[in-house]
Amino acid sequence: MAVDVKDATGASGTPIWLDARYRAIFFQIALLVLVVGFGAYIFHNTYRNLETRGIASGFAFLGTTAGFDIIMHLVPYSREASYGQALLVGLMNTLVVAAIGIVLATIVGFTVGVARLSRNWLVARLAAVYIEVIRNVPLLLQIIFWYQVLGKSTPNPRQSVTIGEAIFLSNRGLYMPAPVPEPGFQFVPIAFVAGIVGAVAMARWAKKRQEATGRQFPTISASLGLILGLPILALLVTGIPFHWDYPVLQGFNFEGGMVLIPEFISLSFALVVYTGAFIAENVRAGIMAVSHGQTEAAYAVGLRPGPTLRLVVIPQAMRVIIPPLTSQYLNLTKNSSLATAIAYPDLVAVFAGTVLNQTGQAIECIAITMAVYLTTSLSTSIFMNWFNRKMALTER
Amino acid sequence: MTTAVDTGRKADLPPPAATVGVIGWLRENLFSSWFNTLLTVAAVYLLYVSIPPLMQWALFDAIWTGNEAKDCKLPDGERKDGACWIYVRAWIGGFMYGLYPYDLRWRVDLAGVLVVLMFAPLAIRKLPYKNWYGVAVILLYPLVAYFMFRGFIDFTPDNPLSHTHPWRTVETAKWGGLALTLLIASVGIIASLPLGILLALGRRSHMPIVSTFSVLFIELWRGVPLITVLFMSSVMLPLFLPAGVNFDKLLRALIGVTLFSAAYMAEVVRGGLQAIPKGQYEAAQAIGLNYVRMMALVVLPQALRYVIPSIVNTFIGLFKDTTLVAIIGMFDFLGAVQLGNADPKWLGFTVEGYVFAAAIYFLCCFSMSRYSLHLERKLHTGHKKR
Repeated sequence: MAVDVKDATGASGTPIWLDARYRAIFFQIALLVLVVGFGAYIFHNTYRNLETRGIASGFAFLGTTAGFDIIMHLVPYSREASYGQALLVGLMNTLVVAAIGIVLATIVGFTVGVARLSRNWLVARLAAVYIEVIRNVPLLLQIIFWYQVLGKSTPNPRQSVTIGEAIFLSNRGLYMPAPVPEPGFQFVPIAFVAGIVGAVAMARWAKKRQEATGRQFPTISASLGLILGLPILALLVTGIPFHWDYPVLQGFNFEGGMVLIPEFISLSFALVVYTGAFIAENVRAGIMAVSHGQTEAAYAVGLRPGPTLRLVVIPQAMRVIIPPLTSQYLNLTKNSSLATAIAYPDLVAVFAGTVLNQTGQAIECIAITMAVYLTTSLSTSIFMNWFNRKMALTER
Repeated sequence: MTTAVDTGRKADLPPPAATVGVIGWLRENLFSSWFNTLLTVAAVYLLYVSIPPLMQWALFDAIWTGNEAKDCKLPDGERKDGACWIYVRAWIGGFMYGLYPYDLRWRVDLAGVLVVLMFAPLAIRKLPYKNWYGVAVILLYPLVAYFMFRGFIDFTPDNPLSHTHPWRTVETAKWGGLALTLLIASVGIIASLPLGILLALGRRSHMPIVSTFSVLFIELWRGVPLITVLFMSSVMLPLFLPAGVNFDKLLRALIGVTLFSAAYMAEVVRGGLQAIPKGQYEAAQAIGLNYVRMMALVVLPQALRYVIPSIVNTFIGLFKDTTLVAIIGMFDFLGAVQLGNADPKWLGFTVEGYVFAAAIYFLCCFSMSRYSLHLERKLHTGHKKR
């Protein structure tokens, strides 16, 4: 039997250009050269173009004075602030819409998703109609539509709708009294954080005890009590150290208080309604993925429909729901960039819009905007992957 | 002692009246418990407060006849209560074709008729050379459509024919309306498919550099909103090109849309590739196929067939996302509706315009999603996922 004795590389008899390993190396080097070459070509062109057009480059512009106003800012900002501060304002505005949108869309999505599977025929149909209509109309159209409707259906500030002369709804937005902290108020946020820490610790203890002894502990109501009760206690102990700043009609608009601008209201409303419909479909798919035997088994051991849903179906459905839920959260965050169509000052409108037009530094502005979204997206998906691993089925 | 026992079978009693028929259905589905009853009452109330006023506005009080804005207004200039559908009728051409020259709109219609005619043979189940015909049509049709839209005789501006000739060129800035929306979405999907397949293969490749580049590309585009991609293609792309080369606005938007949807397409195709059992790869290698043939002849045909419904869903998403080009100043369907809303002759009827746009988008997207469900059922018979 003639056995082909191979040399150390194991490639005897095969020409080098047919050997898969060498071909792989060659192919990758070619790709690398191509990509790097293309990058260099673009870089060269850009450099030449910037030079001929006399556009500055670099990030020095972030320190110069912005000179424009932003209608909504959560951090101190004025015309004299720098472009860097404008970036921060835009980022905060994006994040606040995303955060509120995510919380409300989750609530809407779970409610509608469960309603879609309700045994009540009418409720199930209504939920289905909501889901189908909302999912099949472009979000941008919905945002613009709600903005128009809100602008047209609300009166001017003088005739504004009011609740107890404290909350005013007009076409300038929703004006509300703002709490103004006085000395001693700093204990309230400390108590709030302490409440959260306490709730987490208590949940761990309760879980451990339940696993050891089987005795349940009212974790949810107790943690709510801790998280809400501690700050209220701190408020009472320190003698309620804040007063309300009420909005007052001055000329054509209100002064004082805090305001939700119409752009913010319509943008977050549209985002919640749109993303809620998608989340509802994910929730429905997740619940349907739990086999009917689970429900029947729960009924057989005597659980009522409510506890069955809460203790048996939802925990199992969550494992199916969380991965698509993550991408819905990411979509909502990215979709908040459509704010620019109704001039809500989010990151894109402020930075890739106004700042870009004023400075002309397109590359830096777009790159920073994209980098911010990329960071947000990647960190959200890292967090949700961690959460998913925690929730995933641990087989014993 | 015996007791008389009647062993004869008696006729079954009918089920209680409350469990059958309409009443039974109502009790079962709407009033099975106090909570269910509460839900039903709430739902009925919701319908009661929303549907009648909506019908009143959209149908009964609506203005259907007339040609001018004053037909929708009261003598004192205030608008009437109902929807002013004559505005939509007056602007329907603008919504469909945007700023496209009025006398040349038949060219867009012709392109629409051609797409139906050219793709119709594909509906025949046993067409000979069906695959080749499909590829040829997909490659050929964009060219045909391009010349239909653009025209091919370029007159100098002082030539009188430049305003009358039926085949004079129309610059892309004038393209618009639903036609432009369909164009962008179709080009985006067709052009992103090959790129997406390459990226998906690259991502699953064992070569570290290839897979790293693919992952970076895919995650970069998937991590940023489309609007930043469009801003990028409209303000950064001109800087990337050598001096003297200039892409027009539509081409720049198309490049942005294609790169963006290629990343999503890559993930769709990857899903299909992952659904193909390993045995298929091994069998292809065992009969001596190299990588290209293995992929082109064995794996991809199965994988792509498997993801056709997802591709349709991606198309629906892209169709909705093309509205974003309105932000960078193009007149797609939404842009054309906004153009109409700003028409000084028809001020004050924005809601009608947007409701009409929403209805058209809904019709298109809903029918496509039903089609995708139908495909899913048709294609997945007898397939097993691994």
